[in-house]
Amino acid sequence: MNILVCVKQVPDTTEIKIDPVRNTLIREGVPSIVNPFDGYALEAAARIKDKDPEVKIVVLSMGPEQAKAALRDCLAAAADKAYLISDRAFGGSDTLATSYILSNAVRRVEEMEGKFNLIFCGKQAIDGDTAQVGPELAEHLDYPQVTYALEAEVDGSCVKVKKEVEEGAEIIEANLPCVVTFTKPAWEPRYPTIRRKLDAKRAEIPTLTAVQLSDIDLTRAGLKGSPTKVKRTFVPQKKKSGVTIRESSNHASAMKLFQLLSDASVI
Amino acid sequence: MEAKTKDLWVLIETNEAGSARNVGLELLTPGRDLANKQGGRLVAVVIGCRTEPAVREASAHGADQVIVVDGPEYAHYTTDAYVNALTALVEKHGPTSMLIGATNNGRDLGPRLACRLKTGLTADCTGLDIDPESGNVAWTRPAFGGNLMATILCPDHRPQIGTVRPGVFKKGMSGAEQAEVIHEEIHTPEEKIRTRVVELIKEMGDENVDLESAEIIVSGGRGVGGPEGFAPIRELAEVLGATVGASRAAVDSGWISHAHQVGQTGKTVAPRVYIACGISGAIQHLAGMSGSDVIVAVNKDPAAPIFDAADYGVVGDLFEVLPVLTAELKKVRG
Repeated sequence: MNILVCVKQVPDTTEIKIDPVRNTLIREGVPSIVNPFDGYALEAAARIKDKDPEVKIVVLSMGPEQAKAALRDCLAAAADKAYLISDRAFGGSDTLATSYILSNAVRRVEEMEGKFNLIFCGKQAIDGDTAQVGPELAEHLDYPQVTYALEAEVDGSCVKVKKEVEEGAEIIEANLPCVVTFTKPAWEPRYPTIRRKLDAKRAEIPTLTAVQLSDIDLTRAGLKGSPTKVKRTFVPQKKKSGVTIRESSNHASAMKLFQLLSDASVI
Repeated sequence: MEAKTKDLWVLIETNEAGSARNVGLELLTPGRDLANKQGGRLVAVVIGCRTEPAVREASAHGADQVIVVDGPEYAHYTTDAYVNALTALVEKHGPTSMLIGATNNGRDLGPRLACRLKTGLTADCTGLDIDPESGNVAWTRPAFGGNLMATILCPDHRPQIGTVRPGVFKKGMSGAEQAEVIHEEIHTPEEKIRTRVVELIKEMGDENVDLESAEIIVSGGRGVGGPEGFAPIRELAEVLGATVGASRAAVDSGWISHAHQVGQTGKTVAPRVYIACGISGAIQHLAGMSGSDVIVAVNKDPAAPIFDAADYGVVGDLFEVLPVLTAELKKVRG
């Protein structure tokens, strides 16, 4: 059994600050991390491997050379092998172009690692928040997909996924190969051991460029392969200051709040 | 593909009873405006099983035309069946643009459909307009956990598609049913549906955690201190007919299930009233609820960032403030 986990290196959005003068994001000094949802996907793969040590976990990322740091974190935590897709021609790709490049890379990596039975992704990256690359990758590969997964287990030739829905959860069965995207589960990912950390530091991570992805149609990659264009970005306006209620006692504050909400027909 | 019409489509999600889910009806409101600006019709697309209630609701909420695909294979959402049906509809009718509610199912369906049609999709939009220069839909959405907004265009591909966050737009009043109703026979053979729902797990008890369509949400955070700390929150929610929400801190502490979580790793909500109790207001939480019409915050810490987002901020102890509020409400509501 081979599992591919797609990961993205993202800026830690909890650390992002706004430049108050230029009204833009300050990206300098913001730490880069493995997208948390991708970490859950990796942990889900590791849990399948815990039950079956024959499972091989490969991680794949697209990004600049620095993204190898995120891949090393994945190797330290649970992955057996890592590949980076990196080429200037892929810069500026939207989700359709990104998923197209990824699907090509999946086929290329399979030539070296064997066919993947499962492809796990985070449901979305915390920088873009689109939740589109997983399903679009599934479509390019013509595989079934299950999104918003909380848990996954392999059962013979299918995968059983607990999927989060508005009313609770569903158990969904899908034939392999299948793409599964993970949301935040009830558990936290494991910590790497010192031994694995050292091994990850030394691991060789092959880079796949457009040259290696020989089947790729470059008109479908990068900016020109992207149907969506960003017209402008802006910092959302802060809400104008509201009413602060701080009376002499909690009881008095509560009464004042009740009065204000009633008067404004809020409740 | 090329658009064959100037029509704007709104996908109407249905529930098990064949009625429309709220978000689809909400989207008919901005859909009307965009359709008028595009110079085309507002078309509601209903896929499901025994969908007559949804068709009538869509018609009563202002659609010019309703396209219906009805069949047993659509009774419960599956990616393969719904994408198959919608792709066939789009290829036949050629709309210029399409709105899909950014529910779990909508965000499962949207990218799969857009990819099959090789067109652009903008996720989880909170603002919709027509770009005056190009006539394209201008899709505005938050990114970087709500720290940045981006306006996206899809200039050269049709249909231009967006998923739109539930609760951002308000459902209009229902009026006379005037839509032309078109039934399309599209069947998806069983072998083409590659996923099977084998079990449904409803949230435990009869507690309603449908946060996305809640009109009022009362949420608790780290300040509630423990699972029993949710008691005053539940009591206030009960008298208001509200849904109980929670911050990540409360969920991660195991005080309440993840189904209640509001914020970037939980649900994105936009109720009429959001009451945040003992929630500091981390940017990830704000990203999930800042679209609420009225925000009330109760927190002991006057420096808590939640007060920057609040319309009414009470600096005080939630365990003393909430019971008084609940008692007063009970008085006026009998």
